[in-house]
Amino acid sequence: MPGRYTPLLILSALVVGLQLATAATGTSYYLTQLTMTAYYTLVVVGLCILMGYAGQISLGHAGFFAIGGYTTAFLTTFNLAPHAQQPVAALLLRTGLAVSGRDLYGAALTTLHPGLAFLCALALAAGVAVLIGIPVLRLKGHYLAMATLGFGLIVYRVVLGTPALGAADGLSDVPAFVLAPGVKIAGGAAGRIANYYAAWGLVILGALLVLNLMHSRAGRALAAIHGNEAAAQALGINTAAFKLRLFVFSAILAAAAGALLTHYTGGIGPSEAGIMKSVRYVAIVAVGGMANLWGTIGASALLNFLSLRGYFGIYDDAVFGGCLVGMMLFAPQGLRARATFDRLRAWVRGRRRT
Amino acid sequence: MTTPLLQVRQLNRRFGGLHAVKDICFDVQRQHIKAVIGPNGAGKTTLFNLIAGALPADGGEVIFGGRSISNWPAHRVAGAGLARTFQNVKLFGNMNVLENVMVGGHVRSRAGMLAGMFRAPHTRREEARIRARAGELLDLLDIAGLADRPAGALAFGQQRAVEIARALALEPQLLLLDEPAAGLNRHETGRLGDLIRKIRALNITILLVEHDMSLVMDISDEIVVLSFGEKIAEGRPAEIQRHPEVIRVYLGDDHA
Repeated sequence: MPGRYTPLLILSALVVGLQLATAATGTSYYLTQLTMTAYYTLVVVGLCILMGYAGQISLGHAGFFAIGGYTTAFLTTFNLAPHAQQPVAALLLRTGLAVSGRDLYGAALTTLHPGLAFLCALALAAGVAVLIGIPVLRLKGHYLAMATLGFGLIVYRVVLGTPALGAADGLSDVPAFVLAPGVKIAGGAAGRIANYYAAWGLVILGALLVLNLMHSRAGRALAAIHGNEAAAQALGINTAAFKLRLFVFSAILAAAAGALLTHYTGGIGPSEAGIMKSVRYVAIVAVGGMANLWGTIGASALLNFLSLRGYFGIYDDAVFGGCLVGMMLFAPQGLRARATFDRLRAWVRGRRRT
Repeated sequence: MTTPLLQVRQLNRRFGGLHAVKDICFDVQRQHIKAVIGPNGAGKTTLFNLIAGALPADGGEVIFGGRSISNWPAHRVAGAGLARTFQNVKLFGNMNVLENVMVGGHVRSRAGMLAGMFRAPHTRREEARIRARAGELLDLLDIAGLADRPAGALAFGQQRAVEIARALALEPQLLLLDEPAAGLNRHETGRLGDLIRKIRALNITILLVEHDMSLVMDISDEIVVLSFGEKIAEGRPAEIQRHPEVIRVYLGDDHA
């Protein structure tokens, strides 16, 4: 099918172009926010296919993001040195799955290898997604929205109330994660460009997987579930199983984003698990046009970047809430849909008349 | 006589105080066209939903191809080779006609989510096969010209044809048609009769619910008559037309 990958190539070119532009204009400090934007965009890519394509809303994806981030932060900062004699810690050390070093003050510090912590983060998010998804995905529409909202709220209150997770302060001093030789997920000006490409590379990879999925047998099954669940079942589609698998996939993407952003910024706080974060992801998918992967990525890049640069000031959350309300009122099909402009025009005309 | 393809045994379903399907028993022989008729509210669609697994039964058994499929979920029933259409056509409005029919090939293909994401080589061959098969079915139904049209934008009669093509993509042994002639004009109904015969010629057994008596009498090998959830008659069209109980139910006591 010619042209399917064209937007992906355009996205790749934009990513490279943006980096070159910041280098040329001496504004490479923008890359920090652009890198963070990429991780938030990865969440939205997963949410786009879940909501837009399969029609299953989730107002709890910040919960999965936080599960990823907090699991990573906890496992890579929890000091195993005092427990080095215990069999599990000893085994981890012997197999190289734990790394030893010294902390800021020179005390012995032994922590889990970031790669293993990353896998644990993904596995935990997947496990939680299965446990939550089985009962919750039987619900539809508003009920599903409320149930996932409740899940997000639980994660938020748990991280806020758990001293081991830093309570209101969150966790910090998360070490770097060496993803590949020369690519170290960590803050700091030195690795800025590598981190930028690693993060957007992941977005492009995620988009590629989602794009392939949309044009496959499973993708048709997901769209069929969105179109008419009873008909999908009558055609032999195990709708519960497909919804669950997709939910787990999107949760894994969110957890991966959370874990890597935590390495990048060196820590994570409870605000990442907040309800407004979940609303923000949903608002971005709505602005992007629900099933429109490219619109969603574009909306995410723009809105997240502006937000991270602080352009929205104290109205940060209000902007995203406003986006959601505005989109639902005037453009439920997304900004690109032609009907949107007709509706806006009609609304303006109606206003004038009264 | 060989064993029937479908055996319905003492099937029951209540909705609160309403006994919608009451002790229904009948068989459908292989390669027969069997019709279920009855006044509105007789329980015909409920009976279909029970057979297809869209509703759980309160009691009784459904045996399909010698296997009990009682209370199987709908997707498993479909996988066993039992396809259906809906009284109020249920197409996927978010897809075009060809894609709708391709969804019908779901149970005849295997690629899962991971295979789809990574475009495993065998999935591409499978996709090509599903697409080709869907195209053949559009030809069979004489709607090949609609392949790229959004399913939601079609005329009602065309939507019915797409739904039948989609059901046939399952390569079913038994096809349940729920009021296939509803909303069709005389000419379209005539063509539907021909189509149903053509489908039977493909070795597919057909069970249909229908109100259009001329169509039912014309194509059916056998007819089951329901009234208020109970079977009141079963037999060949000529027998049913003379059956006093059927005449009473349809026309009132004076005519019996």
